[in-house]
Amino acid sequence: MSMTLTEKILAKHSGKREVEPGESVWIDVDVLMTHDVCGPPTISIFKNEFGEDAQVWDKNKLVIIPDHYIFTEDKYANRNVDILRAFASEHTLPNYYDVGTDRYKGVCHVALPEEGFTRPGEVLFGTDSHTCTAGAFGEFATGIGNTDAAFIMGTGKLWVKVPETMQFYFEGDSMPPYVMAKDIILRIIGDIGVDGATYRTMEFAGPGIKAMDIESRMTITNMVIEAGGKNGVVEPDEVTEEYVKSRSDADYELFHSDPDAKYYSQHKYNLEEMVPMVAKPHSPDNKATAEEVAGTPLTRAYIGSCTGGKLSDFVAAAKILKGRKVAIDTFIVPATTEVKQGLSTEKIDGQSLKNIFEEAGCNIGNASCAACLGGPEDTFGRLNGEEVCISTTNRNFPGRMGSKKSSVYLASPYTVAASSLNGKITDPREYIN
Amino acid sequence: MAEDIIKGKAFVLGKNIDTDQIIPAQHLVYSLEDPEERKFYGKYALSGTPIEESGLPQGNIPLVKDDAFESEFNIIVAGPNFGCGSSREHAPAALQIAGVKAIVAPSYARIFYRNSVDGGFVIPLESMEDLSKEVKTNDELEIHKKDRVLKNVTQDKSYPLKPLGSVEDIIAAGGIFKYARKMGMVPEKEKEVS
Repeated sequence: MSMTLTEKILAKHSGKREVEPGESVWIDVDVLMTHDVCGPPTISIFKNEFGEDAQVWDKNKLVIIPDHYIFTEDKYANRNVDILRAFASEHTLPNYYDVGTDRYKGVCHVALPEEGFTRPGEVLFGTDSHTCTAGAFGEFATGIGNTDAAFIMGTGKLWVKVPETMQFYFEGDSMPPYVMAKDIILRIIGDIGVDGATYRTMEFAGPGIKAMDIESRMTITNMVIEAGGKNGVVEPDEVTEEYVKSRSDADYELFHSDPDAKYYSQHKYNLEEMVPMVAKPHSPDNKATAEEVAGTPLTRAYIGSCTGGKLSDFVAAAKILKGRKVAIDTFIVPATTEVKQGLSTEKIDGQSLKNIFEEAGCNIGNASCAACLGGPEDTFGRLNGEEVCISTTNRNFPGRMGSKKSSVYLASPYTVAASSLNGKITDPREYIN
Repeated sequence: MAEDIIKGKAFVLGKNIDTDQIIPAQHLVYSLEDPEERKFYGKYALSGTPIEESGLPQGNIPLVKDDAFESEFNIIVAGPNFGCGSSREHAPAALQIAGVKAIVAPSYARIFYRNSVDGGFVIPLESMEDLSKEVKTNDELEIHKKDRVLKNVTQDKSYPLKPLGSVEDIIAAGGIFKYARKMGMVPEKEKEVS
């Protein structure tokens, strides 16, 4: 029977020769990831259900990355990191990345690949909806809740319903120079809606995705959850393998969709015809072109998160900000400590990204999720009032970045940087041709 | 299995109610175990929903009153894609702590649905149509689980509900752990062994 890439991974992990969409199967888990918001309740369910002295099913497969509420005075938030630390110590967990140490990483979805935990053909679950990011590496990755995570922590297994697959085929070898992967995924979400892929896999194929670097692919798979997708996946190729081999010595298996695999639907996009996009408040599918909303007044710009806080996102922003001054409060939040280091080492015409941002008048923060999801009131960059913000993040729900009175426009790092210079939404084609 | 009929007052919401609206991220710091801290999840349940869209059709009705920790409403009736966004299990937990027993919506976001079922927090029932324009906040409702019917006692109307399908056994057991114990996949808790 012909199968898609996702079906093949789920078949392999359920010990079956083949699986069909709609079928419920129990699968073996390769990596379980949790963080400071969902880790503590997961640990308490684990202890409650399996016993105070219960052992984790496989210490090497559990990864704990505190990243959400790190640089805050909130006593409950800090208490939650203490709970992770105590659990890691009690179980001598090798993959705990503690706050305040050299091991601290920052945003889990960017830290996982950096630390070699995203490998083709594997199954990754995480207690965070953007766990789907790791599908960029040709694996099955999706978000779950605390109860499911506690179940995996004790058994190494979980049930899943095999999803149907929607294929998004990218024609064209390259995007125009002013278009980024963020524009493509905002366009797709706008086309199919915030529930357009509910319960389904979004598979990205064609020469357009093959031509993208790994970070651009991660931007695309990161936001499949914004269309309701269960997972997003890109077929592994030499780009994938080159990255994975540079970060991990572990064996992995490459799966590909059969040419005659059955798809729920197939959608074609010609990347050469794409334009800069935004999602207007208060929904990621509220699409417009940057050109259509150009001139909308803004009070803040924000570049960060698992979606738009990777090194390539800051290189893009710096290209536009170099030698210029921002007109509104502009926040730069590197996803991880490695990305933050990169701001100092990566240069454009001899000038570091950090120096470019400082000279432009941006505020640079520490690696964490920061204001992407609001968080405690003292969170760096949080929208505490009636701000109108343009952001490289992934969600613009009411109150998502803080106050219910604020509004958020989602866009690419190019569009956010261009807009920060004018204090109003600006099509990046004004700066890049 | 819990009682077959769930009775309660309706609380009506629109479409795409995301988990940031159900429980805003700043409140995700409280312990779900500690009885005193846990109450705050009830207090802040649905506090992120724009107030004009809360308690339809008239709006401006919070699920939980300002000085309260629990709601007078037990059944949420909402539009499609309920629970989209973040995977925070605190969302179905917050609704349960506020006193919500069941939700009726034409469709759910996947992770919220799973969390509701696997954690045994609230029962996510699927209606054939979007009932958020039919039912009014404060209507007296009855959900007849076995017959798969939602009865609106106030308006004297009935609506069919979709079968629960493959998750029915997990809901009947009361969550994934209870189900897995029943199936012999997870050992019994020591204190439960007689």
